[in-house]
Amino acid sequence: MIDLTINGLKVPVEEGTSLLEAGRVMGFPIPTLCHMDGLSPYGACRLCVVEINDGTKARLVSSCTYPAQQGLRVRTASSRVIRARKMVIELLLASCPQSKVIQDLAAAYDVRQQRFKQEYENCILCGLCVRVCHEQMMAKAIGFQGRGERLTVGTPFDMRSELCRLCGGCMYICPACQLRCTYAEPERAICGACANLSPPCVEKEAFDDMMCYMKPCVACEIERH
Amino acid sequence: MRRLQRLHSIGELRKLRKALLKKVNDCRPRIVVCAGTACQASASSDVIRVAKRHIIEKRLRKRISLRVTGCHGFCEMGPFVLTEPQMAFYGQVTLEDVPRIIDALLAGDYVEELLYRDPATGQRYYNRGDIPFFRNQRRTILALNEKIDPVRIQDYIAQGGYSALERVLSKRDPGWVVEEVKSSGLRGRGGAGFPTGLKWELLAKQPSSDGKYLVCNADEGDPGAYMDRSVLEGNPNAVMEGMVIGAYGTGATEGVVYVRNEYPLAIRHLTMALGQAREQGLLGDDILGTGFSFDIKVVRGGGAFVCGEETALIRSVEGTRGEPRQRPPFPVRQGIKGKPTVINNVETWANIPLIFRLGAEEFVKVGAKGNSGTKIFSLVGKIRNTGLVEVPMGITIREVVYDIGGGPVGKSKIKAVQTGGPSGGCIPAEMFDLPIDFESLVDAGSIMGSGGMIVTDENTCMVDLAKYFSKFLKDESCGKCFTCRKGTQRMHEILHDISNGDGTLEQLELLGELGLVVQDSAMCGLGQTAPNWVLSTLRYFRDEYVEHVVNKRCPAGVCTALVTYFITESCKGCGLCVRVCPSGAITGEKKARHVVDTAKCIKCGACASVCKLEAVSVK
Repeated sequence: MIDLTINGLKVPVEEGTSLLEAGRVMGFPIPTLCHMDGLSPYGACRLCVVEINDGTKARLVSSCTYPAQQGLRVRTASSRVIRARKMVIELLLASCPQSKVIQDLAAAYDVRQQRFKQEYENCILCGLCVRVCHEQMMAKAIGFQGRGERLTVGTPFDMRSELCRLCGGCMYICPACQLRCTYAEPERAICGACANLSPPCVEKEAFDDMMCYMKPCVACEIERH
Repeated sequence: MRRLQRLHSIGELRKLRKALLKKVNDCRPRIVVCAGTACQASASSDVIRVAKRHIIEKRLRKRISLRVTGCHGFCEMGPFVLTEPQMAFYGQVTLEDVPRIIDALLAGDYVEELLYRDPATGQRYYNRGDIPFFRNQRRTILALNEKIDPVRIQDYIAQGGYSALERVLSKRDPGWVVEEVKSSGLRGRGGAGFPTGLKWELLAKQPSSDGKYLVCNADEGDPGAYMDRSVLEGNPNAVMEGMVIGAYGTGATEGVVYVRNEYPLAIRHLTMALGQAREQGLLGDDILGTGFSFDIKVVRGGGAFVCGEETALIRSVEGTRGEPRQRPPFPVRQGIKGKPTVINNVETWANIPLIFRLGAEEFVKVGAKGNSGTKIFSLVGKIRNTGLVEVPMGITIREVVYDIGGGPVGKSKIKAVQTGGPSGGCIPAEMFDLPIDFESLVDAGSIMGSGGMIVTDENTCMVDLAKYFSKFLKDESCGKCFTCRKGTQRMHEILHDISNGDGTLEQLELLGELGLVVQDSAMCGLGQTAPNWVLSTLRYFRDEYVEHVVNKRCPAGVCTALVTYFITESCKGCGLCVRVCPSGAITGEKKARHVVDTAKCIKCGACASVCKLEAVSVK
């Protein structure tokens, strides 16, 4: 067992515990978008930043990837943390304003406006879908491509992956709830969200009767064009 | 090529060196031509060809010899010829000059008019050592470059190469090796300045059951920086010797040189040097018959800037996406394939043989307290003498810029120096008395970085330069962590607006705020240092930003959206500008003042560059 201090409280945790887990055990709210129990920590969304150490050595780290250390002093809601978190939310809001999850986060942190040029993106590149595909479905059908602003999630060479079993795990886990199942070839685009082996949406007659929560579903959207 | 003879003991190496030294010290005069990448670009390979032809045609092979070497540092003067033993320096030579230089050298004479002349004073220098550019440097690593043909390991051995390894292997005490590096006070030359000895000590303490890695980081990606490239191209053996010594001290079993694929010459020279060292028994199994084994392999990087970051480099070596991860665990505990790994910069490795050749006590004497040794900087930008300079740490920026660099080109005044590449910041001219060491530069809002030094003058727009670096970082961010990916994009967006004249004062505030958060919350060094340039220019050149935002004016006349070209009264109507204008925006009668049509003008600046009367002005 190791002892660390979170927000002034002494917390004994087992070795290998992350700061996020330790903080949550104590009931401190730490928001995340890219963390999911059962998947490896990734540290992409930077929402879970906490402040560690004191004085000149104080710095922010992502709590999901930082292991608890003996005697470490952690603050989960210092003014520095809140400043960073608010800016991250503002940046998220500027890119993905339609997401309910992000809107809720903004409300919780009292972010009323964003000052950047408004974009309308769907994916925040948290990598949850990639990890669920690798680690839980053992499929490795999707992965990251490109870098920087051209970073996207997709199948190799943007072709339909033979490894994909249409399990829909990637969509289920998506925190922005905007990811759609799109293959490179529109005519073969299939909505896998309902985990049907032959999704009814491709059969036009059945479309009206089916319950599809993907709105708009890319398969249908493309059909309608 | 003839196979090199394997050396079976330290004694054999000593004997070989003695024999080689005799050959080197023969009394034949020699001409030395640099074939580094910069000089090759200015046609030094033609100079070499002409020199060879002249020597063969005139049957001078017994009387003169030619050495082709790596970079000497004075790239401004390329292609150049150095003569030995006169040490006369002929800069920017043409092909016709080469035979004259050779004939003069044979006669023990100089070609007066081709000798290097100080552009400011007009003084001629007969000895290269007197030239201010060289005189004010302290060249310990670069000095070997001019004495060695990088593709001949025996040149290096003759210059005392592998004598440091000799000393280490005969001492038979790995603990002493680490102690020696520790007491030398050597700090990592890659930018962060972590004490190398401490890193090695940590590696030596790691359990060694399934091997340890040593890595040489040659993924030098900063725009305008080429120190590592020149060391690796000009003297790969120094780096290899450093690594073998490091392996002996830390018990490492495998070595990797991670080099950018954009450095083909460095890769070729390194590969050749590795092959020769293996043949000579200086690398591989049973080095010099001591039973100690260590080998180095070359891994080529795929051209991602972020792979210079330790954890991303490890991923890249493993063959996966070059993406950093959070430390701890540090690479020294969990590196390549989960094995303990130490990563050092090219220049750090090149310093190691020096420490053991001189002894740590001697090594500490150079440089400042806590910052021992020399550092190579690539001095580029708006400065007279561009090139690689090696100076002791703790020297002031002023000395580098004015004494070695020769000050500004033309009449303009130097405004600032940018250090540390895109991750660094700028230091304004008022602060040029700042000593160059790791701490002072960080306090001034910049970083030492790997040693890029870009000089800017009044004709450089700081906003424009900030925009350039933010574009570089936006493209090179791996995209994994959100604040780095979006933060750099948004910073570039705001800077783009400002330089287009669309900026607002609120945006300026937002830029500063965003910069601080990105610095605070990004995962790896790239993101944490990405806003440095924005923050330091906001700190020192805020008035320039305000000028762009409020008065919609670019004081340096660089941001095209904010400037207009016009022709002043000094125009004599020669028509030169009319001919070069690509958009036909300039009109006027012959021998009368011309006029620029601002609606047609695309602000390319071609007219200003051809006008002999400086009549084209930018407002």
